[in-house]
Amino acid sequence: MSQTKREMLIDPLVDNNPITLQVLGICSALAVTSSLQVSFVMALAVTFVTSFSSFFISCLRNQIPGSIRIIVQMVIIASLVILVDQVLKAYAFEISKTLSVFVGLIITNCIVMGRAEAFAMKNPPVASFIDGLGNGMGYGLILLLVGFIRELFGNGSLFGVTILETVNNGGWYVPNGMLLLPPSAFFIIGLIIWAFRTWKPNQVEEREYKIQQVEAH
Amino acid sequence: MEGLISLAVKAIFVENLALSFFLGMCTFIAVSKKISTALGLGISVMVVQAITVPTNNLLLSYLLKPGALAWAGFPDVDLTFLGLISYIGVIAAMVQILEMVLDKYFPPLYNALGIFLPLITVNCAILGGSLFMVERDYNFAEAATYGVSSGFGWALAITAMAGVREKLKYSDIPDGLQGLGITFITAGLMAMAFMSFSGVKL
Repeated sequence: MSQTKREMLIDPLVDNNPITLQVLGICSALAVTSSLQVSFVMALAVTFVTSFSSFFISCLRNQIPGSIRIIVQMVIIASLVILVDQVLKAYAFEISKTLSVFVGLIITNCIVMGRAEAFAMKNPPVASFIDGLGNGMGYGLILLLVGFIRELFGNGSLFGVTILETVNNGGWYVPNGMLLLPPSAFFIIGLIIWAFRTWKPNQVEEREYKIQQVEAH
Repeated sequence: MEGLISLAVKAIFVENLALSFFLGMCTFIAVSKKISTALGLGISVMVVQAITVPTNNLLLSYLLKPGALAWAGFPDVDLTFLGLISYIGVIAAMVQILEMVLDKYFPPLYNALGIFLPLITVNCAILGGSLFMVERDYNFAEAATYGVSSGFGWALAITAMAGVREKLKYSDIPDGLQGLGITFITAGLMAMAFMSFSGVKL
């Protein structure tokens, strides 16, 4: 094990972020981010499922036969998601209504499966737990960032508390309605990726074609 | 009948799984580099969706719903909390069966789709389709229509995206946006274009 536990926790936040670099778990990242509160709950739920599913799968990794491992992983993940779903329904019914199918979709969130397959199947339980926690947090970071931008500029509020008084309520801020619509999430994530890659140029992808100057004859 | 057609049009354009609910985004971004592969994946998603949504609908109405077990003598049993785990089980099993059937009877099709089939189990569009079916309380005919048409909408979106990306690779894009970044922005523009369907009422 060359990586320390600290590195495993911090690394997925920026250097190896599941959304901007590994292209995992975008599915739900976009749809639930129109308000900060919902993004926050979603981030917590995914972090919980990722860390514990990595932990349990890693505990069982020597017992799981290779040919049916996907189904075994699915069952473990699905049980954890059912737990989250029931807890949300019991204690935060409003939010669970807003999230609608996206709680269930944590099962097929590629981050959970991706970490189980890539890390938990080969590493001891505690390391897997930390790896899952780190990746869940990396996912949560992007989710909160997108939720922050969308709610602040689309609605003038944060966590439902008004920050910028909107014109409708007699204030000065004209809300940008497009930020509440789904496509804006794509733009914001695209721009976040741009920002991350300008900050860490080693993440830039190679071009397939280069534009060259051709000498005139 | 009219209701079903309007449901189908709605599922393909207005409530496109990929572009307005962002389902199946991971595969949508990862496998949309070439039109031919995108089309292959799109067709497999459509087939799997057309099978799993009606199957899950049957499962829901005869096993899981409150009172659904009345035929077995348990009128008070409510198993809806087992929903998630059963749907994903059905999906995994269906994909496995489909893979075996194609391998045995349609080898050319199996070779063309082969690598994508296992991927489909973890495609959120499939599970999402089943969950929407549950949430909106579709009956069997509606579920079947919804399965086919939402799968078709997804296939349409990924093929269009692949077409755009095939042209896009010749463009001069800023370094940081290269690859993933510009793909997201393109998808955003496409989603906006699809939003113009939202005024369509049938």
